[in-house]
Amino acid sequence: MSELKVSEKEIVVPGEVLAEGMSYVPSYGTYRSQDKVYSHRLGLVNVDGKVIKIIPLSGKYLPKRNDVIIGKVVEIMLSGWRMETNCAYSAVLSMKEASADFIPRGADLTRYFDIGDYVMTKIVNVTSQKLVDVSMKGPGLRKLVGGRIISVNTNKVPRIIGKQGTMISMVKSATGCRIIVGQNGLIWISGEDPNKELIAVRSIKKIEEESHTSGLTEQILNYLKDLIPDAKFEEKGEENGL
Amino acid sequence: MAYKKRVDGRDWHETRPITAKAGVIPRADGSAYFKIGDTEAYAAVYGPRNLYPRFMQDPATGILRCHYNMMPFSGSGERVRPGGSRRSKEISAVTEKALLPVLDLTEFPNAVVDVFIEFPQTDAGSRCAGICAAAIALADAGLSMKDMVSAIAVGKVDDKLVVDLNYAEESYDAEVADIPIAVIPSTGEITLLQLDGIIDKHDLKKAIENGIETCRKINEVQKNALKEKYRK
Repeated sequence: MSELKVSEKEIVVPGEVLAEGMSYVPSYGTYRSQDKVYSHRLGLVNVDGKVIKIIPLSGKYLPKRNDVIIGKVVEIMLSGWRMETNCAYSAVLSMKEASADFIPRGADLTRYFDIGDYVMTKIVNVTSQKLVDVSMKGPGLRKLVGGRIISVNTNKVPRIIGKQGTMISMVKSATGCRIIVGQNGLIWISGEDPNKELIAVRSIKKIEEESHTSGLTEQILNYLKDLIPDAKFEEKGEENGL
Repeated sequence: MAYKKRVDGRDWHETRPITAKAGVIPRADGSAYFKIGDTEAYAAVYGPRNLYPRFMQDPATGILRCHYNMMPFSGSGERVRPGGSRRSKEISAVTEKALLPVLDLTEFPNAVVDVFIEFPQTDAGSRCAGICAAAIALADAGLSMKDMVSAIAVGKVDDKLVVDLNYAEESYDAEVADIPIAVIPSTGEITLLQLDGIIDKHDLKKAIENGIETCRKINEVQKNALKEKYRK
């Protein structure tokens, strides 16, 4: 006899019994001990058929291949750059992956990226020891000049981007800012008007805080309309902040 | 002179009033506040973050570092000398060992999770309050844990077995045993067991049973604190 002990979207804490019986399958963030399935972390329950998983609400970023992240150059090495990635592990951008141009041996690497520069990159490899390799070969990957960087909870990034990028493109078109959202929770914002830049920051913080409420897109739309009465909204959404 | 009534009028197996709250320190990755009677603990978790010096790194798993600290005027009597001491170092170490069995940091090789536990005010039972706060904070930080950890001091004052001793009972003028105990509630496994004083085998067994039972109740408070953070 299998029985589910929690309901969909319920908040559970580590060690809570999610289901009894062998017919439920533990997935991400859960584990089985004897005939019970327990929660392994704090989050929301998601039941898909017989598979139970936890959607995390907090926690630091864990590097994953193919994620587009924003990194900050912290060290210049013999043949590349080391970048801080807002998580426990730094990433390495090698010379070969940095530019389409040929960089000669012994060239001054600070001409390309200097310490303190923010760069939008894509993770190409993560080893078991969490050595992270990033690349700049890809559409839209570039150095981020000017603007400001804010950091948000990585688990809220999908909500900030929205379905097919609806949420973020709404903020972009309302404020006229260029915004890039990194999967690691760093967001780059750059606009002509500093006030509108600030509104963009505030609305992103608002999305982060209220990410669990439904009808958030509508709420943010009204929020933006209030602050910027002459805002123009484009209908079409786009993927990420590319 | 037998111990007839507890100094603060509680039942023998009753704890002092408990309040717990998660997410009290905005800049920390996870945080918690735990108050039991007049003992107050704040725990802040930072990380997983990179760990230096390099020789401390463990390529197999992330490590946990706990820092227990009583603030200078937190005690009930004299001023506590600020900074680390032999006592705080030891309690930091046992706190770490009490929490590690539930934590799974294999996802974070070479990294460290730092837990800072601060006491603005204490009235005995601080290591237990610290462990309770730290467990909430670690869960709040989104780390993988197979269960929470709950802790309480049990013991014997004169001829009576009691739960959750306060400072007046700890320093009662008779034979006193003070036994801090930390428990993994779902399995009843013990992750911390210390004993200060004299107690016989039979009473010790009973005291531990009382401790495990009380820890299960404290676990409910911890769970509620975490859920309360997200309730709207």
